[in-house]
Amino acid sequence: MQEAKLISRKDFAKIFLGIGAFLVILGILFNFILDPSVFYDLPMYIGGIGIGSIIYGAKQFLDKANQDVGITISSKTVKSFFTNNAIILALLLLVVVIMIIQPRFMQYQVMLDILTQSSTKMIVALGICFTLLIAGTDLSAGRMVGLAAVVSTSMLQNPDYANRFFPNMPQLAVIIPILLAVIACMIFGVLNGFLVAKYDMHPFIATLASQVIVYGVTSLYFDMAPNKSQPIGGIRPDFIALGQTKVLQIGDFPGISILVPIAVVFVILVWFILNKTIFGKNVYAIGGNREAAVVSGVNVFVTIMGIFVFASILYGVGGVLEAARTAGATNQYGNGYELDAIAACVVGGVSLNGGVGKVGGIVSGVLIFTVIQYGLQFIAVSPMWQQVIKGIIIAVAVAIDMAKYRRK
Amino acid sequence: MAEYVLEMNHITKVFPGVKALDDVSLKVRKGSVHALMGENGAGKSTLMKCLFGIYHEDGGEIILDGKKMEINTSKQALDLGVSMIHQELHPIRFRPVMENIWLGRFPMRGIAVDKKTMIRKTKELFKEIDLDINPEVLAGTLSPSSLQLVEIAKAVSYNSKIIIMDEPTSSLTENETKHLFQIIRQLQEKGCAIIYISHKMEEILKISDEVSIMRDGQYVGTWAAKELTTDLIISRMVGRDMTNRFPPRTYEPSKDVVLKVDNLCSPLPKSFQNVSFDLYKGEILGIGGLVGAQRTELVEALFGLREIQSGSIEKDGKIVKIKSSRDAKMQKIALLTEERRASGIFGILSILDNTVIASQKDYSKFGVLQDTKRYKAAVKSNEELKTKTPNMEQLIQNLSGGNQQKVLIARWLLTNPDILILDEPTRGIDVGAKYEIYSIMHELVKKGKSIIMISSEMPELLGMSDRVMVMCEGKVTGILEQSEADSVKIMHYATQFMK
Repeated sequence: MQEAKLISRKDFAKIFLGIGAFLVILGILFNFILDPSVFYDLPMYIGGIGIGSIIYGAKQFLDKANQDVGITISSKTVKSFFTNNAIILALLLLVVVIMIIQPRFMQYQVMLDILTQSSTKMIVALGICFTLLIAGTDLSAGRMVGLAAVVSTSMLQNPDYANRFFPNMPQLAVIIPILLAVIACMIFGVLNGFLVAKYDMHPFIATLASQVIVYGVTSLYFDMAPNKSQPIGGIRPDFIALGQTKVLQIGDFPGISILVPIAVVFVILVWFILNKTIFGKNVYAIGGNREAAVVSGVNVFVTIMGIFVFASILYGVGGVLEAARTAGATNQYGNGYELDAIAACVVGGVSLNGGVGKVGGIVSGVLIFTVIQYGLQFIAVSPMWQQVIKGIIIAVAVAIDMAKYRRK
Repeated sequence: MAEYVLEMNHITKVFPGVKALDDVSLKVRKGSVHALMGENGAGKSTLMKCLFGIYHEDGGEIILDGKKMEINTSKQALDLGVSMIHQELHPIRFRPVMENIWLGRFPMRGIAVDKKTMIRKTKELFKEIDLDINPEVLAGTLSPSSLQLVEIAKAVSYNSKIIIMDEPTSSLTENETKHLFQIIRQLQEKGCAIIYISHKMEEILKISDEVSIMRDGQYVGTWAAKELTTDLIISRMVGRDMTNRFPPRTYEPSKDVVLKVDNLCSPLPKSFQNVSFDLYKGEILGIGGLVGAQRTELVEALFGLREIQSGSIEKDGKIVKIKSSRDAKMQKIALLTEERRASGIFGILSILDNTVIASQKDYSKFGVLQDTKRYKAAVKSNEELKTKTPNMEQLIQNLSGGNQQKVLIARWLLTNPDILILDEPTRGIDVGAKYEIYSIMHELVKKGKSIIMISSEMPELLGMSDRVMVMCEGKVTGILEQSEADSVKIMHYATQFMK
């Protein structure tokens, strides 16, 4: 019935190395022959895929542990490859389609924009993933982003700006308002953690309550005289620099927004915490089987507190960066971010039943959403249709993901 | 009319990486009790799930009443007259008993559920099998054994030709088991065939007409129950002779008291009260009793999972307060819980993570794990216990029950405990793995560790314990030396307060 073909890992690696080398050469060739006004940066992308392929091939080639294990190619393994990577494959397909419709999408500037736009969302999603990993959720994330944005900008306005939030406030070191903003978020993180850990409240309810409280508090603060709910503007340039600086501006290269390396630092930090610390292992343990975690002597109270507090720190950082990037803030900042973040996590393979989820998945989940949003805007799909498409992608992605776990 | 009500011929079922069933056949006569036996992982449950439409077989045929059938869903199986009592019950706890029974086929009047008819039908059903339960109480308020009986009633209510019972007596007391056997005889008289899966040899020999044995996904054979003995069944199940079910004892417990429990009382009046006992260094103290004797509650209190109202616990001569499992760990006490899946393993985590979870502090610096150290400890601990696994990254849920249990023991050994509390250590574990667990227990006491073992299996209790403490309704009714313990005395103490 099924035709299975076994090839050795060495040969498998060679195929990838070969394809990779071919694509790199093709990329270099195209760089000279293709008209940049028609194909933009296509050669660079082809070369990039080639380099990726070479790296993968080399990894397979040097994989000592599985050296003798061959690779089976049959309709079954191909099928499982497609279901396991369906989301990424769909994303690539989408990118290709958009590139065909609108070749300008091939500019690498587009990719840089997408990375920049993903950065703050990434930090929020990384925070929320902790709460999802213990089969919880955090609905207060978005409002905490708003709180941090308002608190930090309110103390970081130009001294000559007419509408200052605190007209007589001296010029503070940038770090002080940032810390205050993050601490403000931590207070509510403690509240969330306390409600969940102490009273065994479902995180949905506990964070729903604090979501409403946080918004109320932010609005009250925002409405204080003399500001009276006007958007906060006139932000100091040294703060704005935090969100708008470009690094690596060499020659023609336009540079990368500083938000990208900041987000990368947080990605690495969260990966480290989840995989290399006792705290991280305890998070997975509580999500995997809470009863067993209690019996094993995991300090559930402290771990849950830690989860919500750490998550709130990330929301705070996200809010501060968002304010710096946009050079302003209102109490509406961050509204709905939590749902985007949850959707991105889920599309990235984080299970709402707890215990399952990887940082790599979350990163791709967030990128997928930004690519879709950016790409659809790029080919001028109406915002209403964008919503419909986004919803469909969430449903389809999770349905495919669930199919991995179902067996009959 | 065909002689067999069910024929399953040459059934094959493959899961990724394992051949769960390999050319298995099963023929069940009309109105007979057909026992299906085999070690855990032998494929009994998988075979039954194929019959009940939960899995679809990859090869072979199912013939019901002489007609070849394709069974794809459980509903179809029920319609064809096959019902199943599952090993693990999942009642809807917040709904009444009767709704649990008639779920999916509520009696209707127009578009509304006909509650009166439902009550009447449930009462009739319960009367038929002599069950005294109010149809309107919530399922969650019933004891596990009552739930099991309700589940049996539900199977009866389908008027099935074949009822599959997967370990129906695992949570039943002796009297309830007798009751179950009466029900089975009644059903037999009506011409219903029973496929009976159990690990309890005595039961099988008593109730069944024929016994089919499976081993490693393969069919070994079918014999009339009359021709079989416990030893014959065991040797055919494991494929080797098992003259000794317990390893020989090669140690001598000391008389040093490691744990002294004095007058321990639970705040709940129906739970354990006035419990006092000593635990010696290097001994196995068995705790016997019926379901509901509060044995689990007692050991969970010793481990800090339940509240203690009064009384004291002395460890190595010092009074200790144990308020959480972390306190217990600090006092070098370990607990393997009764419910392996519910409160033991982390199914979706790796064997590595499962092994080190209780002792992570020893393999970390400032909260950061030292991967090589952690890995080496897990490998060593599992190798000592001979856990069978391809590697440490394997998810624990892919292991058999016996190997999962070994990983859990490995987990606790890494905390270097003085006292190991094992709550039903061999429940749901096959014969071969049981022997290995027993050997591990002997090794541990030889090293000077003490073991408290709760067991509901009389042979295990008698075969493994140096002393047996018997409980009944929350009180200690007797402590027997091994030389004086026998099943009659234990049963006597275990039923002391019962009419």
